[in-house]
This record gives sequence, C-alpha cells and structure tokens, in this order.
Amino acid sequence: MAEEKINKELFNVSISPHIRSKESISKIMWTVNITLLPAALFGAYYFGLNALMVMVVGVLSAVLFEYLVQKIRKKPITIADGSAVLTGLLLTMCLPPTLPPYMAAVGSFIAIVIAKHAMGGLGQNIFNPAHIGRAALMVSWPVAMTTWSSMTTSIDVVSAATPLNMLKQQGYGALIDTFGSAGNMYQAMFLGFRNGSIGETCTVLLILGGLFLIYKGYVNWQVPVIMIATVAVGTWAFGGLKEFGTLFSGDPIFHMMAGGLIIGAFFMATDMVTIPITKKGQIIFALGAGILTVLIRLKGGYPEGVCYAILLMNCLTPLIDRFVQPKKFGVRG
Amino acid sequence: MMKSFRGGIHPNDSKSYTADKPVVTAPLPGKAIIPVQQHAGAPCAPIVAKGDLVKKGQLIATTDAFVSANVHASISGKVADIGEYPHPIFGTCTAIVIENDGQDEWVEGLPLKRDWQTLSADEVRKIIREAGIVGMGGATFPTHVKMAPPADKKIDVFILNAAECEPYLTADHRMMLEEGDRIVTGVKIMMKTLGVTKGIVGIEDNKKDSIEAMTKAFAGTGVDVVGLPTKYPQGAEKMLIAVLTGKEVPSGGLPMDVGAVVSNVGTAAAVCDAVTQGIPLIERVTTISGKAIKEPKNILVRVGTTFSDAIDFCGGFVSQPEKIILGGPMMGTAQSTIDLPIIKGTSGILAFAEGEANTGVESPCIRCGRCLDACPMGLNPSMLSILGERDLYHEAKEDYALLDCIECGSCVYTCPAKRNIVQYIKYCKAQSRAQSAAK
Repeated sequence: MAEEKINKELFNVSISPHIRSKESISKIMWTVNITLLPAALFGAYYFGLNALMVMVVGVLSAVLFEYLVQKIRKKPITIADGSAVLTGLLLTMCLPPTLPPYMAAVGSFIAIVIAKHAMGGLGQNIFNPAHIGRAALMVSWPVAMTTWSSMTTSIDVVSAATPLNMLKQQGYGALIDTFGSAGNMYQAMFLGFRNGSIGETCTVLLILGGLFLIYKGYVNWQVPVIMIATVAVGTWAFGGLKEFGTLFSGDPIFHMMAGGLIIGAFFMATDMVTIPITKKGQIIFALGAGILTVLIRLKGGYPEGVCYAILLMNCLTPLIDRFVQPKKFGVRG
Repeated sequence: MMKSFRGGIHPNDSKSYTADKPVVTAPLPGKAIIPVQQHAGAPCAPIVAKGDLVKKGQLIATTDAFVSANVHASISGKVADIGEYPHPIFGTCTAIVIENDGQDEWVEGLPLKRDWQTLSADEVRKIIREAGIVGMGGATFPTHVKMAPPADKKIDVFILNAAECEPYLTADHRMMLEEGDRIVTGVKIMMKTLGVTKGIVGIEDNKKDSIEAMTKAFAGTGVDVVGLPTKYPQGAEKMLIAVLTGKEVPSGGLPMDVGAVVSNVGTAAAVCDAVTQGIPLIERVTTISGKAIKEPKNILVRVGTTFSDAIDFCGGFVSQPEKIILGGPMMGTAQSTIDLPIIKGTSGILAFAEGEANTGVESPCIRCGRCLDACPMGLNPSMLSILGERDLYHEAKEDYALLDCIECGSCVYTCPAKRNIVQYIKYCKAQSRAQSAAK
C-alpha cells in the first residue's frame, strides 16, 4: 500500500496556491545592485581612490549596521538579501568624491538605522533611506558635502565646481566657456567626465542600467521617463529667465544630464518601498518629483533638487496610495 | 487573438505529465466512503442504515433543501458504517461506507434509454436534481439550481468552461478528446433547458487538440468553440465571461446578472448521462499527478474511492510527498492524509515531491506592486495582506473590496516576498463572516 511507505506527519498543509514564481526580494535587490555597478565603477575610475573608499566604507557600514540592528532587535538577519548593500551603494553614489570616508559611514548609519529600521525595517520606511542619509550629511557637513574634485575639461579648463553650481553662480555663458562648446559639454555629461557626485555623472551607464531594470519588469518605464521629461520641459520653459528674460530658452539637455536626475529618476524614484504602488500613482509621483526638481534648481537656494524632490514626494506616497486605487473588476465608472 | 482579461499570471502548466494519457478506468474500491455533503449548499441526510444492501446508483442520502445535491451509492454492496469520516473540504463529514460485494450491480431500472428532446425543461431540471449533479470543476454548486434562474434574470448565453487553467490538471482536456458526443449532448440539453440559443465553449489555447476535437464535435450545432489565450485564471467564471461576452459580472453578483450560465466539461457529460440514461453522478474523471506519483494518470473513478486507492492505481509514490493537494496547485486544498474519499468535485489529486511546492519564507511586503498587476479582480492584494496581518478585516472589507477576491492565488504566485496573501484574505473573510453572524 502506498500509505505504509510514507510519513503523513511530513505533509505540508499550507494554504493555496501551492506553486510560486522564482522571483524573490534578494533577486530584485541584487539585480538593482548589479545594474548600478557599472556607473559606480566609472565613478571610482574617474574620481580615484577616495571615491572608491567612500563607496566601500558606505556599503560595508550599511551592511554592518543592518546586521547590528537586526541582532539587537532579535530579528532574522537579512544582510544577504542585498537591500542594505543597495542602500549603501545608492547613498555613496550620491556623495561627493572628496568626502572623508567616515562621513559615508555616518550617512549609512542614518540611512539604515534611522530611516530604515527605526521605521520598522524592510518595506516599512516612508522615505528613501539613501536620500535621507544624504540629506542628513548635507546639513551636518555642508562644506564637505559641497566640495568637489577638480575636473579638467576637454579644452583644458580646470574647475572645482559642478556644472549646476556653475550655472547657479556664474551663469550659462560661463558654463559653456568652461567646456568650450555646448556640444563638448553634452558629450562630457553624457559620458560622465564632469564634476559631481561619485555615481551620478555617467549618464550612459546609468541609462543602460535603468533600461535593464525596465526590461526585467522591476521598474515601470513611466517613472523615469515622466520625471526626466518633466524636468526637461520645466527647465526649457523657465530655465532661461536669468539670461534672456524669456520663456522657452532654457537648456533641457543640460538639465536632464546634470546633477542627480538620471540616477534619481531611474534608481531612487523607482524604489518600490517608497513610491506609490499603482502605476497611476507612480505617474503622479514622477510628475511631482520632476516639478519639485525644477522648482528647487531654478528658484531654490540649492543648485540641485532631485534628492529633496524625491523625499518630498515620498511624504505624499501614502496619500497617493489612499486615493489612487486600481480599477476594480465589475465596478463601473 | 482574443482579447484577454486584465491581470493574471503564466505559471508553468505542468500538464505534460498526463496530457497525452487517455482516461483509464480505476478498479472498484474495496469500500467506498461516500460523504453526505459533496456540494455547496445544505448537507443531505442518510436514508439507508448500517447493514442495508445497496446497489450502484441507488439514492442513499437526500434532503428537501433546494440548494443541495442528492448522494448515490457508487458501488453495490453492504452499508458497513455511517459515521464521521475525514473529508477533503470540510475536515470531517458524515459518510456512508459501502463494502463492495464485487457485483457492481445497477439499481433496478438503470441504465434506461430516454430521448431528451421530448422532455420539458422542468422534467430535465428534476432529472438533474435527482441525479445529484454539481459543478465538477471544483466549486460543486448544484447544477439544477443553475438551470433554474429566477424569472427576472434573462439568460442569453450558455458558456462551457473548458479552460482548465489550473496547472497539472488534464481531466477536462482528455474528456474533450474522448467524450465529445456526451459533452455535446449535455450542452444541448442545458441550452434547451435554459432556453438559450447562444452557446460558447471556451478552451485555453494550450490544448490545441481539444479545440480541434470540440470544433468538430460541435459542428452544425450553432455553438461556438473559442480558443482563449492561455493565462491563469482564465477558467475563473468571471474572467471567462468577460473574455467571451465582454460583460463584467458586477461586484457581489452572479453570472446570471449578465445573462450567462457557466458550466464545466465534466458536468456537461454528467448531465448527458443523467438525462439520456438516468445515471446519477457516481463517477468522474480526475487527474492524479505530481512528481511524487510514479505513473501520473487520468482516471475514471467512482465517488468514494480513497485517494490512497487512486494513488496505488497510479503506481504509488516514488518519494515522500511533501504536499497532497485536492484540485489544482493554484486553488486546491492541501491535505493532511490520503485516507480521504474522492468526491464529485475532485478534479485532481496532486502529490508534490520535495521542492515542487516552492513555498519560500515570508517576509514583509516591499510594495513592488506585482500583486496589483496580477490581480484579475483589480484589487490591492498588498494592502489586503497587510490589513489581514493586523487583524483589520473591517477596513479590508469596507475600503479594499475584500469580498470581491476570488482567491485565485495569482498575487501569491507572483509575490517576491513570498507573502501568504490568500491566507490573510481567507482569514479576513472568516473574521468578517463571524462578526456579521454575531450581530
């Protein structure tokens, strides 16, 4: 008899469904990490050893803090799922390459311990932890956080300012002069040969990484496209005021590639945990983040606004989720 | 290509274990354990006593309740016991145990020969009711109730649900290849009873041979045979109706609210047997599959045969099964024993080998939104699971349409956090029912 050969005590009686896809959190997190890696490595190559140290210290300390918090909270240790690595990596990719590495560890502490675990851990945080870490460092060490390495442009002009800084402080003309021509500038910004945060400069590698995430279905294409397009349209329409006093005279190509917009739109505004869960909600989120970025860049005191724009929209996520619901089957209107 | 429904998933259909295997008749069981409730609705009461001799097809339990289904002896022999026995759906249930006398003798007068075309709709309804026919896809709703919609609901289409979207199951697939005539007759009978002229057979296009066979069988009847894009849960009544008619059954409503009656392949064959030969529902085709089964098969088996007997007939186990499932892997029920009777709604028995079930370790929701994309009902499973976790079933019901969930499991299948969303939803529904009952 079949019955005698088997042990019924071993039957698993969990509820349906009994089969599941192979998708997992760690697979998603590690995939995002890998897609970020090329841009991060470019940053290490272009900005040098200190930039690499900032990233290594940031990632390792993020993992360590996650381990310690989970140990103290007596929760399962999940450092292998890649989410702490991702937070550390994203945070440090958005830090200046000249930052003393210990500050990256402080940023990781704030990101992991305060922004993530104090909120309840994975999936519970309202704000993007990496951006909270960056914002905290910004108010703690404003000078270190706005000191950049020297870049030498293709026409051998040496500058220690980011393109957005130059635009804010010296104007568009000075910006073009630094690079020689608009074409040179676009090329440098596309390939990543410009001042800025460690991992934000190489537009092409970030876009390729982002496209892979879209292909894998981890990111809805609408989010980066709408956020970037909103910034492009906004800066084109209102970005030229200072010089020309007219509408539609800004430089949208510059603004799309400047600052942290590309990395923010592809990797931060798409962070599942902190953005709305519905596609419609995500579109609202991306639009809002784009508008706030334009507002901060053009009217605010800071030259760059992506980080704060996303954090501000993170605040609205629960509200958007409350009101934007999927269309129910069998319910008209 | 047909327009599909929103959401859904594409699991590996795992049908190749049995798709090419013709239906084989399982040996009669030494004893049949026949529960008095095998259907949705009121239980029946036994009308035989311990020690009575019964014949195959004899009525052994019945009730006056309208939403219920008669129970018949599936073998001839002696009533050995009437008592509480394990039941694959209800845990335990009163069952009539018949000891096989080896004669397999029909009750007097059966099978008979009857021309269904001469019968009135009411006569057919009575026959179907007496024969104890229920929806054999698994929901086991009494068929005579479906055949008698209230006067204010105009029925304009009959749909034969031949999607068989559950992975592993191939019983309907084989029936369509082998029992085309009975299915066609059953469909004609049901359409005439309902007074509809429009009939549609919906088959998932992973069963090309079935589509072909049914197209041939239904030729000249005016019934359309439609190939549907293979996507789970295509066989869910609401999805099937939406795809075939473009109408959405309203929230909380029934198919008849959009003028549709849906029935399953096996049910159509059972209706044919009952109406043309007077044979009650005492056997069915079921798929025995899964990696722990030595020789997976589609078997024709008497109601009351135990899982254990059926599995033995399929060569027994090749390894310690991790999970025994009644029905398909998406909506079937895991069992704690194999000493259970096959009942009218048993569309399959699966024995999963270790690792086949792939349950995973649950972690918090990361709000990736995949469940929203997968949900065919347009719900927010992420939120429902979180509310369930926190016992907020009232909010789940009022704000997140808890009761609209059809428990198809698409959300759980797709969830990277391996959350047991359906379990939370079932829990919320139970809590909410208990609360309404207490009022």
